[in-house]
Amino acid sequence: MRSLILHRTGPGTTVQDLGRSGFLAQGLSRGGAADPVALAEGAALLGQSPEFAALEIIASIEVEVTDPTWIALTGAPKQASRNGQPLNWNACHLLAPGERLRLGPATEGNYAYLHLAGGIATPPQVGGRGAHLTAGLGAPLTDGEELPIGPAPEPGLLARTLPEDDRFGGGEIRILAGPQTPLFPPDVLNRFLATRFTRTAWANRQGVKLGHEGEGFRPTGGLNLISEVIVPGDIQVTGDGTPYVLGPECQTIGGYPRIGTVAPQDLPRVMQATPGARLRFRLVTRDEALSSFHAVEHLHAAALTRLQEQDRTPYEILMAENLISGVAIDIFDSKDGS
Amino acid sequence: MIRDQESGFPQIVSLGLDGLLVRFADRFDDAANRAALAFRDVAGALDSVQEASTSLCAVYLRFDPHAHRHSALEDRLRALLAERNWYSAPLPADHRIWRIPTVYGGAYGPQLDATADMAGTDTASAIEELSTARLRVMTIGFAPGFPYLGQLSERWNLPRHDDLKTTVPPGALGLAIRQFVLFPAESPTGWRHIATTAFRGFRPGHDNPFPLQPGDEITFTAAEARDFSRLVDAPDGGAICEPAR
Repeated sequence: MRSLILHRTGPGTTVQDLGRSGFLAQGLSRGGAADPVALAEGAALLGQSPEFAALEIIASIEVEVTDPTWIALTGAPKQASRNGQPLNWNACHLLAPGERLRLGPATEGNYAYLHLAGGIATPPQVGGRGAHLTAGLGAPLTDGEELPIGPAPEPGLLARTLPEDDRFGGGEIRILAGPQTPLFPPDVLNRFLATRFTRTAWANRQGVKLGHEGEGFRPTGGLNLISEVIVPGDIQVTGDGTPYVLGPECQTIGGYPRIGTVAPQDLPRVMQATPGARLRFRLVTRDEALSSFHAVEHLHAAALTRLQEQDRTPYEILMAENLISGVAIDIFDSKDGS
Repeated sequence: MIRDQESGFPQIVSLGLDGLLVRFADRFDDAANRAALAFRDVAGALDSVQEASTSLCAVYLRFDPHAHRHSALEDRLRALLAERNWYSAPLPADHRIWRIPTVYGGAYGPQLDATADMAGTDTASAIEELSTARLRVMTIGFAPGFPYLGQLSERWNLPRHDDLKTTVPPGALGLAIRQFVLFPAESPTGWRHIATTAFRGFRPGHDNPFPLQPGDEITFTAAEARDFSRLVDAPDGGAICEPAR
């Protein structure tokens, strides 16, 4: 079976997909990629379903494949190279056995994605392949691990790119009022909406701590609330008045009050905002949020219409033709055998 | 609907772009918990609902916001709420009755003696009462497969420790505020560690990773410490599960 070899991987590299739905009643949140837009884009570049699993990467990694494999790089832009030669980001490339793919630290944003044609084919667990670290499902990957790759969907892919989207710099985030918004006095809510927050580095797949100057945001009536259902995007306020935007691995129920919920289309921008980036929240109506919300299938379809041809190297042309004719050999590798 | 019309319950509020919350109370209430469990069963079966879950006293419903107008679903839910007095609804018909062998006290429940003392009883009487009480899975949350079970008698209305100095093993049974919690994994906790089972509420590699459903009823029957290793080897930690009817 084709596989991906992780020669070197920093902390926080995990397999991720669109998450597991249907287990909220059992206390398991959906989980899945911190940036599902990046999953949709990678799938579009490789002409496959956004349900395929990819690698979510925070630190730098160095990998290799056992067979010629098309890959795509999306999400937080990183310095990428193949055997030392720079590679375009938000693009797909053909990787041959023996070639080292290196991804450096993110230049902006937090979560980068490495997609493979055929997807990462680790055995599904509880209905998904993605690591759900707080639930103890899966684990961060370690140096030397080898991950199976699924059968490639189609031969003869083309080197393509997608225009880079700016969801890494923070900015204005749309939020919806929720069941507990009325617990916050109007002046506290107004101050929240007028505050320029910073995206702190205190963040993981469970949530992101927001930094701000001045006093905290406290509800009336204290914190003695009955536990209620939590959803990703909820802005939870802890006892000292500090707000946290909850991520894909949030708990399913909890007792801290929530001042509002980030619209799902803006949650990747919170997760991906570079630490130190400014965030501001704007309260919108359901209808306004709905008019710009698109499910991941729709994002995938939209990305397919934005694909652009990428100039290929002669090497890539040769490799692609070899794949088409079924002779998937690396002719440049012959020096090893001679 | 009936019941708390003055206080505005049941209440429908939106949660996020694709969710609704049907609240039956804003503080813990046994009838509201039963109402939530029964209503989830019915509302969760609506075509427009993609997923349904419960907290202690509310039902969460997730739907496709492009396919179904929020107001239409809300109307449908109001009609369902009006169909009966949900606060007197029985538990969902498909709930199960569990008997989970449990070793109380000693190394398996190091805080049992002190907890019994706080409740104004002795250890033997405490085991007798706790091991025969039939408790309901009121909700599952905090962690995957982590059930909140209630309700014990008023004497067990004891506070949780306000620190997390106790670390309990998987299968530990914690007691506080007239409730049990059953730990699926090792965890630091403020709950009073009074017993341990060999049961796991979350089994990632298993065909049925989540054995418990909200609404299930459980009796934590007393077992001997010398039998614990046998329970560890038995399927479901020696638990017996039967349909309620």
